Amino acid sequence: MSVKINVKNLDFYYGDFKALNDINIEIEEKKVTAFIGPSGCGKSTFIRTMNRMNDLIDGTKHTGEIIYDGQDIYSPKVDVVELRKKVGMVFQKPNPFPKSIYENVVFGPKRHGIKKKSELDKIVETSLKDAALWEEVKDRLDSSAWSLSGGQQQRLCIARALAMKPDVLLMDEPTSALDPVATSKIEELIEELKDKYTIVIVTHSMQQAGRISDNTAFFLMGNLVEYGETSRIFSSPEDKRTEDYITGRFG
Amino acid sequence: MATYEEKSNMTDNKEKKRRRMKEKSISTILLVLASLSIFTTIGIVATLSKETIAFFGEVSIIDFLTGTEWTALFANPKFGVLPLVAGTLMIAIYGSVVAIPIGLGSAIYLSEYASDRTRKVIKPLLEILAGIPSIVYGYFALTFITPILKIFFPTINIFNALSGSIAVGIMIIPMISSLSEDAMKAVPDEIRHAAYALGSTKFEVSTKVVIPAALSSIISSFVLAISRAIGETMIVTLAAGSTPKLTLNPLESVQTMTAFIVQVAKGDVTHGGLIYKTIFAVGMLLFLMTLFMNIIARMIIKKYREEY
Amino acid sequence: MTNLQKRRLMDNFFHGLVFSVTLFALIILGILLFDIFKDGFKYLSIDFFTNYTSRFVEKAGIKAALSGSIWIIGLTIIFSLPIGVGSALYLEEYSDDRNLLTRIIKLNIANLAGVPSIVFGILGLGIFVHLFGFGRSILSGALTLTLLILPIIIVAAQEAIKSVPKELRHGAYALGSTKWQVIKGVVLPYSLPGILTGSILAIARGLGDTASVLMVGAVSFIAFTPKSVFDKFTILPIQIYNWSSMPKAEFHDLAAGAIIILLVLLLGANAVAIILRNKYQNRIKG
Repeated sequence: MSVKINVKNLDFYYGDFKALNDINIEIEEKKVTAFIGPSGCGKSTFIRTMNRMNDLIDGTKHTGEIIYDGQDIYSPKVDVVELRKKVGMVFQKPNPFPKSIYENVVFGPKRHGIKKKSELDKIVETSLKDAALWEEVKDRLDSSAWSLSGGQQQRLCIARALAMKPDVLLMDEPTSALDPVATSKIEELIEELKDKYTIVIVTHSMQQAGRISDNTAFFLMGNLVEYGETSRIFSSPEDKRTEDYITGRFG
Repeated sequence: MATYEEKSNMTDNKEKKRRRMKEKSISTILLVLASLSIFTTIGIVATLSKETIAFFGEVSIIDFLTGTEWTALFANPKFGVLPLVAGTLMIAIYGSVVAIPIGLGSAIYLSEYASDRTRKVIKPLLEILAGIPSIVYGYFALTFITPILKIFFPTINIFNALSGSIAVGIMIIPMISSLSEDAMKAVPDEIRHAAYALGSTKFEVSTKVVIPAALSSIISSFVLAISRAIGETMIVTLAAGSTPKLTLNPLESVQTMTAFIVQVAKGDVTHGGLIYKTIFAVGMLLFLMTLFMNIIARMIIKKYREEY
Repeated sequence: MTNLQKRRLMDNFFHGLVFSVTLFALIILGILLFDIFKDGFKYLSIDFFTNYTSRFVEKAGIKAALSGSIWIIGLTIIFSLPIGVGSALYLEEYSDDRNLLTRIIKLNIANLAGVPSIVFGILGLGIFVHLFGFGRSILSGALTLTLLILPIIIVAAQEAIKSVPKELRHGAYALGSTKWQVIKGVVLPYSLPGILTGSILAIARGLGDTASVLMVGAVSFIAFTPKSVFDKFTILPIQIYNWSSMPKAEFHDLAAGAIIILLVLLLGANAVAIILRNKYQNRIKG
């Protein structure tokens, strides 16, 4: 096993509010790592530090390091645009652009300098196939992305992220806005994707974490309480608070 | 004899009736007030139509709409409205050339680039620009813009279309900027975040995602601003001149439809005379042009509205 | 240069560009205000307020124009506020969007807001001056301005009324109040600051408007203060216009002096509106 992202002593603040407290974690390559915990525990804040989406919020600051590719991603040498190209993200609510399905998928590759139509076509096909959406939309690539169902939109957003050929895929509660059928499709998809990508997923559902993840991290009030193999966390948690949470005593 | 309860029922019924009457009359009064706006429109259309029809009893409508000479105040008057229309459109078009880049640029800056603190300083200042009456811009055109233009174009007329256009352009900047900024702000952050997460720069998020998403409202803000420029009166009356001319040269003196109306109204016109009626004929054309633009603006938004 | 460097460069260039144009707009504002103060400041004296206009620059003042503006705006407020608020109440509280008349009224207000002010002036000239026979009087001017700013007041009042929380209304209805009691007791008090804010801005717009009043009351030389609503009049913007269109440059500076007074009045009105708005917002938050 090798470590893809190594987080050391990370503190994170919104203004004066400390949202993350001394986080240390190693994310393993080509595994699915799930972040669980009650709402407001910092799991979403944490996943958003890993591609520096929190930069977009005024008045945030951090201390500590997030080492990726041998470098702290917050170091001045790292260009955030380049970082986000390699660390893709799928959001809570499907958020396709108000453009065609095709234009949604090629948005990233076009920005990063791919111009040739044949190349773009190929990217669209493979990305949509990887996101298990190709069969449903191949005949209407030019129709608006907003004409798709919620589950299809979310898979389009996954395809859009995959089109960048990312190294890591961050997923912030990707199924929380979807119905059970669409959710199970996305879960199957994650299962297939982990052969190629390192996946970090924030989920509000412990069952989901249990079904799809290799490792699980439990967050509570900005602290990382416990981290380890999913089967172990769910069968014999070491921390009392983890046990309380997964047995449903609070949350 | 009625029992106590019956009596109380009777007063209750009376009371109820009285209350219902009161409610009914209030809603009727309010309806009448709200309908006043309709009477305003009817008043505008009727007043303009009445005198316009009388005007076309004396001047052929074809000559009016196709004639290229406007000498309404001369001894042997010609009523070809095209020079006035051309003057109006020239001012509106050159004005938009000034206003659209600046208005859109500052909308993008305020919506996408500026920090909250900067925005809080700049927005009220732009609102001041929007609150300055057009007569003040007219003064500014005449006493500041024209002398500066004179440095660059020594042969320029004191009254010229360019000076008026620039001032009209400045006047409509805040309109474009605030309407376009509202449109861009209405684009949900989720969509912006999606683009950032794909490794887009701010420039790319602005021009490839936000502007296309808000495009219909942005374009309609342009149309509204142009309509405003067409109806603008005091700037062009003061700065652009009173020589109706079919020209595209902004260095020349021209006359707009609005400036002509003011010129006539200022003089001692006999009520009911032909000159008096020209005000209404030109006013009618102006009304129809701006109405048309406003309807277009609304249609653009309606047809291409984005449901976020 | 790599693709990324190019994109970064483009981003920085664009950032600089949109910042510069914004700054440019603000610089224009600065130049405009500076130009006017530089020209007009020297005329600001007590005499400027107490003299009528004159053929001699040094004797000219804004007494007639200022009193005319006060008369006109006072009358416009009296006319436009009740009509504007009443219309907004009808549209928000009583009307039904399925009703054809309501839809026509709404569409009509939107259209009126886009009608140039000079067209309102033509309307005033045709109806108030001639048809009703009010002549070139303060009354004609105020009625014309009322029609001009009415759409703005109605829309602002509608927004303010819309912002009254449903819970408050329902609370009042649950106590057995009639619709009018709810409006009088809950809706109006709650939305009043918002209505006032919007109305002040609309009235400021009326105070600065020239074209519409010029059409109904364009008299260039007035050397008296009005005594009744049927008197002839001049107002500040028209006085500014007259002085600006004089060939002699000294009169332009006089115009600048009058502009300063007009701008002070307008900025004062705006400041009041902003203070009201801030107070109002705090109340909603609290």
